[in-house]
Amino acid sequence: MTDLLSKFDPLIEERRLLVDHGINDPFKVTMDQVVSETEAIIDGRETILVGTYNYMGMTFNAEVIEAAKTALETAGTGTTGSRVLNGTYSSHIAVENALRDFYAMDHAIVFSTGYLANLGLCSTLTARGDYIIIDADSHASIYDGCAMGNADIVRFRHNDPADLEKRLRRLPEDAGKLVVLEGVYSMLGDVAPLKELVKVAKAGGAMVLVDEAHAMGFIGENGRGVTEAAGVEDDVDFIIGTFSKSVGTVGGFAVSNHPKFEVLRVVCRPYMFTASLPPSVVASAEKSIRLLKDDADRRAHLWENSRRLHGGLRELGFEIATDEPQSAIIAVLMPDQLTTARMWDALLRRGVYVNMARPPATPIGTFLLRLSLCASHTKAQVDTILERFAAAANDCGFTLGSQQAAE
Amino acid sequence: MSKPSHEDILSTLFSLIAPLNTKGVDLKPDITFAQDLEFDSLTVMDLVAAIEDEFDIILPLNMLPDLETIDQVAAAVSKILEK
Repeated sequence: MTDLLSKFDPLIEERRLLVDHGINDPFKVTMDQVVSETEAIIDGRETILVGTYNYMGMTFNAEVIEAAKTALETAGTGTTGSRVLNGTYSSHIAVENALRDFYAMDHAIVFSTGYLANLGLCSTLTARGDYIIIDADSHASIYDGCAMGNADIVRFRHNDPADLEKRLRRLPEDAGKLVVLEGVYSMLGDVAPLKELVKVAKAGGAMVLVDEAHAMGFIGENGRGVTEAAGVEDDVDFIIGTFSKSVGTVGGFAVSNHPKFEVLRVVCRPYMFTASLPPSVVASAEKSIRLLKDDADRRAHLWENSRRLHGGLRELGFEIATDEPQSAIIAVLMPDQLTTARMWDALLRRGVYVNMARPPATPIGTFLLRLSLCASHTKAQVDTILERFAAAANDCGFTLGSQQAAE
Repeated sequence: MSKPSHEDILSTLFSLIAPLNTKGVDLKPDITFAQDLEFDSLTVMDLVAAIEDEFDIILPLNMLPDLETIDQVAAAVSKILEK
């Protein structure tokens, strides 16, 4: 018998090496107690969370919790069924209405996760003979959606309108085309030049889908994302989003003004063949989305936090992926796997939780410590994070400013 | 412009692969990308982009799983150029 798991031996070995170096196993971090949207107890230690995508801090909002409690008590713990069978409750319709209002669009379809929303749209919108054109740094859910569908998959250089134009020109004029973009790319926290990309896509005869997972709630005047900020809402055919970031719970969605959009409910397999979200989840999502619409003050504070952390880390000598803070994600460039793991571990021991990322998840073949800020982080917390970054670098002998000096 | 021969395509592919051939493998038609050259997914992506630009074609990502050797890529490029 061939052991089917033996192909993963190199990964098992890599993990063993980290643990042998005395580093906490990154896959075993457990939040023993979640104190608030910005703090948890990990390994008995009070820890500031700065890697949760909880951008708008809605997870502990009193009104959002109350909405979930009421739904739990009146509608039960779960739907035990698909949206197309017994799994559509009035609360599912209500959250879709909230999304229509939030985006000022005609149609909204809620999926059980953001991953499923991308899987569903990418695999269903295009068919054999069509082309799906994606950014090289697209999220795994976009790649997986392409793999599940039957269209030819074309990749263009990350955030490069000229490269997109060149590739669109090579495609048959009469073929169906879908260009898939993201507002904010989550690895480096960089924003897409949507104005230019959408213009090129439209000129090339393509429909356009934008995933706003990491932009909803705080980018754009009404928090609708980079599409809103770039002023291209009328030219984007489909917007994908998630409830698991700014909205503060779990779920995914697609919104559109396309008159035939609702047909997706009966052809999109990741919508049809999975259970719908529990009523408590959709009730909290609805409340949260309605609150986010008018949350301009907290949006402003989140941007202040992002600027303060970005500037502070640079001042300490850390190298950041973007010259300016473009989103609520700050990606610190690290030299190699072991230094990244040591630094991540030292931060955890000092009470700061961040994300660690390595190739091939990272786009430019680099190692990252990723921080995502929350509108609920106080100025004092951001300063504490900065102090602990400096101390952690000292703990593991990481010389600050060394990367710039070596260049 | 006349269509390049299979040999022309192969030699162009060798020159595109050469800068990525960090193991110094002797490049021949039956060399495989995964086993012989040990290219990771990111390197493969770079190579695909380079091939597309060199021949001014689209080499869809979904074709890649069937293209294990340099010779198979040359045949695929030739077929796309015929279209």
